[in-house]
Amino acid sequence: MDAVINNSPAAALFTKTLTHSGLWSGVISRGKTLRLTALEAGANVGVLLYNADVPSERYNLPDTLKGQHIFYLRHPYCLHSDMGRVLASITADTVGWHDTVCGASDAKGVTAKYGEKNYQTARNDYHRNARDSFLIELTKWGLGPRDLVPNLNFFSKVVSDDAGRLTFAPGNSKAGDYIELRFEMDTLVVLNTCQHPLDPDPQYRPRNVRLEVFRALPPAADDVCRRSRPENERAFFNTETYVALRTP
Amino acid sequence: MTTSNLATADAIYRHVIPAGDPWTYEIKCGQTLRIVDVEGNQAADTLFYDAHDPANRYSASDTIQRQAALYLSTGTTLISNLGDELLTIVADTCGRHDTLGGACSRESNTMRYSLDKEYMHACRDSFICGVHAWRPDLGKRDITCNINFFMNVPVTPDGRLTFADGVSAPGYYVELRAERDVVCVISNCPQLNNPCNAYNPTPIEVLIWDL
Repeated sequence: MDAVINNSPAAALFTKTLTHSGLWSGVISRGKTLRLTALEAGANVGVLLYNADVPSERYNLPDTLKGQHIFYLRHPYCLHSDMGRVLASITADTVGWHDTVCGASDAKGVTAKYGEKNYQTARNDYHRNARDSFLIELTKWGLGPRDLVPNLNFFSKVVSDDAGRLTFAPGNSKAGDYIELRFEMDTLVVLNTCQHPLDPDPQYRPRNVRLEVFRALPPAADDVCRRSRPENERAFFNTETYVALRTP
Repeated sequence: MTTSNLATADAIYRHVIPAGDPWTYEIKCGQTLRIVDVEGNQAADTLFYDAHDPANRYSASDTIQRQAALYLSTGTTLISNLGDELLTIVADTCGRHDTLGGACSRESNTMRYSLDKEYMHACRDSFICGVHAWRPDLGKRDITCNINFFMNVPVTPDGRLTFADGVSAPGYYVELRAERDVVCVISNCPQLNNPCNAYNPTPIEVLIWDL
């Protein structure tokens, strides 16, 4: 496992703790880092990423996997858009394996697994699901079902056997684990802390997760994420060309 | 592997998609679509949409999640981004189809191969033409993570993604029964930068039966 721990900058620009299957969205500009910290073992953070200015450009599962010859994500890999560019780099990671193929839970699956718990009976402990959580936040930015694409599931691990059958690996993350995303483009981040759809735990218990945003140093020529693969070097070139043309 | 007992003479529609071209067609609920790998190891990049609501479309992650497995074969039901059943694979002589490799684009070719490959014809351009042939209000936003019929992209237990030699061969086919009215858009892949097509893209044939 690649455990990479950065020294945290002095002060976070933004801090928020998500509780109760929390959901959040916001634009984080190029040159900033988002740290996600699991405050309890077994967390899951579902994440979708879009170019903040042109959201038809978004996180792309196939290009991210094909470009890096990998089935999961970890430091020092990058999160690619569908335009040959890097939206964000994984600059720190104490976990080492994050799923991106299993998607989001939905209302039907959540009810089947955990039972019915609605607002009328449970108030704010009611059962949320990841697809509706994504849609609620996407709508605030003028986006919707057309923008639901395969998402990231940070802190969760799913392995494949030779026949392609998938198994959820329990115990992949512990309290205090974190991952840092350094944004290389101005990015709309949409996330929620609903449980992983293949997590067999029969108990509904979304974990608390802390979000922090820091200023980042610009990626140097020998940046470990940029240099991790020739595909990433070319994607950084494409990204920096885009930024140079777009910046006034 | 499951063979079909449908006779080609009974098909109500038959069409050969030349290498590098798009194809767009509506398949009615209950009809069966067969896609034939005419010369072997050709990538049929394929998207499906609810014919009455293009925002409801094939979703790789929902399909993978529902069957807790990566590859598609007989028995797989293709699931939409809104959780609906679109089509079911009812016959398959190839045995394994890819869900993770997506489509090539001129932009991703610069990332994957070389900056000077940008001029080369790519699936996403075909997909854009393919969805426009159905509805001009659709575009790149509607082109999500597609199926690659006849492609073999194995994932190893330690999490590597590999592009292996094809498991398909001339005449191999896959058949899907539509569970609702769907629009199918295929890009018959023009990729010349990797060995998946033996650097020689070839035709795909599609047939439809009214059952």
